[in-house]
Amino acid sequence: MSELQTVSFYQTGTFTVGNRLLKQEERSVQANMQRTNSLNSGHRACQGCGEALGARYAIDAAMNASNRQLIAANATGCLEVFSTPYPETSWQIPWIHSLFGNAAAVATGLAAAMKVKGKSDVRVVAQGGDGGTTDIGFGCLSGMFERNDDVLYICYDNEAYMNTGVQRSSATPGAARTATTMPVGERPGNSFGQGKFLPAIAMAHEIPYVATATVADLRDLEAKVVRAMSFRGARYIHILVPCPLGWGSASNDTIRLARLAKETGLFPVFEAEYGEIKSALAIRRPLPVEDYLRPQKRFAHLFGKNLAVDTIARIQAKADKNIRKYGLLAKEAV
Amino acid sequence: MLKQCEGSHAVAEAVAMCRPEVICAYPISPQTHIVEGIGEMVKSGELKNCEFINVESEFAAMSVAIGASAGGARSYTATASQGLLFMVEAVYNASGLGLPIVMTVANRAIGAPINIWNDHSDSLSQRDCGWIQLFAETNQEALDLHIQAFKLAEELSLPVMVCMDGFILTHAYERVDMPTQEQVDAYLPPYEPRQVLDPAEPVSIGAMVGPEAFMEVRYLAHAKQMQALERIPQLAEEFKVCFGRDSGGLTHTYMTDDAETIIIAMGSVLGTIKDTVDVMREAGHKIGVLGITSYRPFPLAAVREALKNCKRFVVLEKSLAVGIGGIVATDVRMAVTGMGLKGYTVVAGLGGRAITMKSLTAMLEKAGRDELDLVTFLDLDWKVVNKQLAREKEVRRSGPAAEAMLRDIGAVAARNY
Ligand SMILES: Cc1ncc(C[n+]2csc(CCOP(=O)(O)OP(=O)(O)O)c2C)c(N)n1
Ligand code: SF4
Ligand SMILES: [Mg+2]
Repeated sequence: MSELQTVSFYQTGTFTVGNRLLKQEERSVQANMQRTNSLNSGHRACQGCGEALGARYAIDAAMNASNRQLIAANATGCLEVFSTPYPETSWQIPWIHSLFGNAAAVATGLAAAMKVKGKSDVRVVAQGGDGGTTDIGFGCLSGMFERNDDVLYICYDNEAYMNTGVQRSSATPGAARTATTMPVGERPGNSFGQGKFLPAIAMAHEIPYVATATVADLRDLEAKVVRAMSFRGARYIHILVPCPLGWGSASNDTIRLARLAKETGLFPVFEAEYGEIKSALAIRRPLPVEDYLRPQKRFAHLFGKNLAVDTIARIQAKADKNIRKYGLLAKEAV
Repeated sequence: MLKQCEGSHAVAEAVAMCRPEVICAYPISPQTHIVEGIGEMVKSGELKNCEFINVESEFAAMSVAIGASAGGARSYTATASQGLLFMVEAVYNASGLGLPIVMTVANRAIGAPINIWNDHSDSLSQRDCGWIQLFAETNQEALDLHIQAFKLAEELSLPVMVCMDGFILTHAYERVDMPTQEQVDAYLPPYEPRQVLDPAEPVSIGAMVGPEAFMEVRYLAHAKQMQALERIPQLAEEFKVCFGRDSGGLTHTYMTDDAETIIIAMGSVLGTIKDTVDVMREAGHKIGVLGITSYRPFPLAAVREALKNCKRFVVLEKSLAVGIGGIVATDVRMAVTGMGLKGYTVVAGLGGRAITMKSLTAMLEKAGRDELDLVTFLDLDWKVVNKQLAREKEVRRSGPAAEAMLRDIGAVAARNY
C-alpha cells in the first residue's frame, strides 16, 4: 500500500500548482498571490481531505471568474461542518447553510433575489457532498436544472456519507466497504446496483454546462469552473474528492488516488454543453483498476487470502465501459 | 374600494400590493388559487419586479424562499395540509435563521385518510416551529392580515403564517374592501433585511451551534415572539389609522363582559358561533365569544383578561391532539391557571364536517348546565365508530379501517350536518 511514489520535478509543460516556469496566463488561480482563499486555512477537515482541496480550488476559481461577486449555498455535510466551527468560519465569501437536501433550491432563491435586486453581477454557487446531491437533494437539484436557474452546483463526491461516519450513498461504488455495507457475508461490501452517475443525469436535463473533474488535475478543474461561470443558467460540476478517512487511504495519497480514478477509467473526466459531450480528458496509458483499489482499505476485502477475481473483473469491466463510452483513450501517434 | 371576489383572489391582490420580490408556487388545494392569481399578475406585467418560481415541491418552495430572503428579497409562498408537512424541515429552518418570509396556509385536514376539506390540523401541527401564526376570521381579515404580516415579519425578522380556512374562506365570494397601492405603500416600508448575503460584506449564515449557545439562540426566538405580543396590537392600531378598519390584533371579544360562559375559537367558525350566541342570548343564555387571532405567540394575558368574569369556558377547535384531546384548549387552560374556571374542550369540524348552529346550541346549553364532557367530539357518529371497534375486536384481519367505515355509512350523500 505504501510503496514509494515516484516524484517528478517541475518542468515546462506541467501544470503543477506553483509552477513558475509557466507563462503568467497559464498559471493556476491557486498559484497566484492574489487568490482569494475563499475557504481559508484553519478549518477542521481531516489531513489530506480531498473535499477541502476541491472546494478551495473550485470556489477560488469561481471568485476569480466572477470578479469576486460570489455567494455560496452549502448543503449539510463534511464541508459545512468542518468549515464553520463557530465562532470561527473559514468562508471569506458570503455563505449560507440551510439544510441537507435543499442547497440547490436555496441557491435558486438567492439567484432570484440577485436578479430582482438588479445585482446580476453577483453569481451564485451551491455545493454539497454526494449524499446531499445524488440522494436527499436530488429533487431540488433536478428542479433547479429543469428551470435552468442561474446557479452553478458543485458536487464534491467522496462516494459516501462521510460526515455521519461513512455510510453508503447512491454514489458509493460496488464492493466498497462502508459502515452500512460491511465486508461480511457472501457478497462483502456494497452491492452492485445500476449506478447513479449524476453528471449523466445532469446532461439529460440539457443544461448549458456539465463537467466532471478530480482534485488531481487542478488546471483542468479551474478551467472547468471558469468555463461554467461563462454561462448563465444551470450548470453542474462533479468533482471526485478522495476521503482518507472514509476510503481508508493514506492522507498523502489523496491526489494520487484521484489521478488513478481517472487513469483507470473508473471516473471519466469530461465536459458537456447543452447535453452533448464536448471533450474528455484522455488517458495516456490505462492502468488496471487494481492499482486504484489496492491502496484503499474500503476495498481490502478484495485482496485478502483469496483474491476476489470476479469482483475485480467486474470493476475492471466498468472502467473499460467508461473508456469506450466516453472515448477516453488517447489517440496513439501512428 | 369595495369589491365582490373570491377569498383567494382578495389575498392574491393584497400580497401583490405588498410588492413581493420572490414568490414560490406549488399547487395544493385549497391554496392554489392564491398563487395562480399572483402568477398571472407577474406574467401579465401587472406585478413588476417580482420573480415567480414554479418549484418542484413544497420543500423546495420554502427553501427557495429561504435563499431569496437571505439574499434580501421580500419572499412569499402559500401552502396547505400535506404541502405544509412536506416542507416542515425548511419551515423550522426559516424561523431558526430568522428570515421574514410570509406564507399563507389555507387550512386543510391532514391525511391519512386523505381529505381536502378544512380543519386546523395542518398549521397547528406547526405550532412550535417558531413562526408567528395569525388566524383570519373573514376574507377581509385574511386580506388585511397579509399586509400586517409582512410588516410584522420584517420588523422582527421572523416568518409569519397567515392561516385562513380552506374553501370556507379561500373559495367564498364575499365583499371585501380592497385597499389602494398608496395605502399599502404608506403602511408597509420596503424590506430592510437584518442579515443579508452580500459580497461587499461577507457573512456566514447557518453555522452549527452546540450546547454552549443553542439555548440562548432558541430563547431569542421566544423573546422575539414575546415582542410580537406587543407589536401585533400596535400594528392593528396603525392599520386602522391607515385603512380605517379594525383587523388583526391578538384576540377579538364578543359580548364577554357579562358572560357566564365564553366560547373560544379561531377562524371562520367564529361567524357561526356569534350567530348562535345572538340567538341564545335572546333566550337568556349569558354567553360570550373570544376569538383568537394570534395563535403564536399565544396571548396568555389577553385570554386571561377576557375570561376574568366568566364561570366557564368552552374551547371549540378544529383540531385534535390525538391521545389527549385539544390543542388550543391546552393553551387556554394554561392561560387561566388558578382562576378556578370550569373548562371544556370541543373538537369539531374535522376534515370539513359542518359545524351547525343546531349542534352548537345543544352543546352550549349542555355546557351551561355543566353537563358537557371534558372532551367532546361534536356530532361524532358513535354508531359507526362502535361498529368498527367491535369489528376489530372480533376479527384479526379486519382490513383497512377508513374503508370499512365508509362502507358502513353507505352512499356518500351530502349529509345534513
Ligand atoms: C434531513 C437530514 N437527514 C440526515 C442528516 C444527517 N446528515 C448530515 S451530513 C450527512 C452526510 C453527508 O454526506 P455527503 O452529502 O456525501 O457529504 P460528505 O459529508 O460526505 O462530504 C448526513 C447523513 C441531516 N443533517 N439531515
Ligand atoms: S471525513 Fe473525509 S470528507 Fe470529511 S473531513 Fe475527513 S477527509 Fe474530508
Ligand atoms: Mg460524501
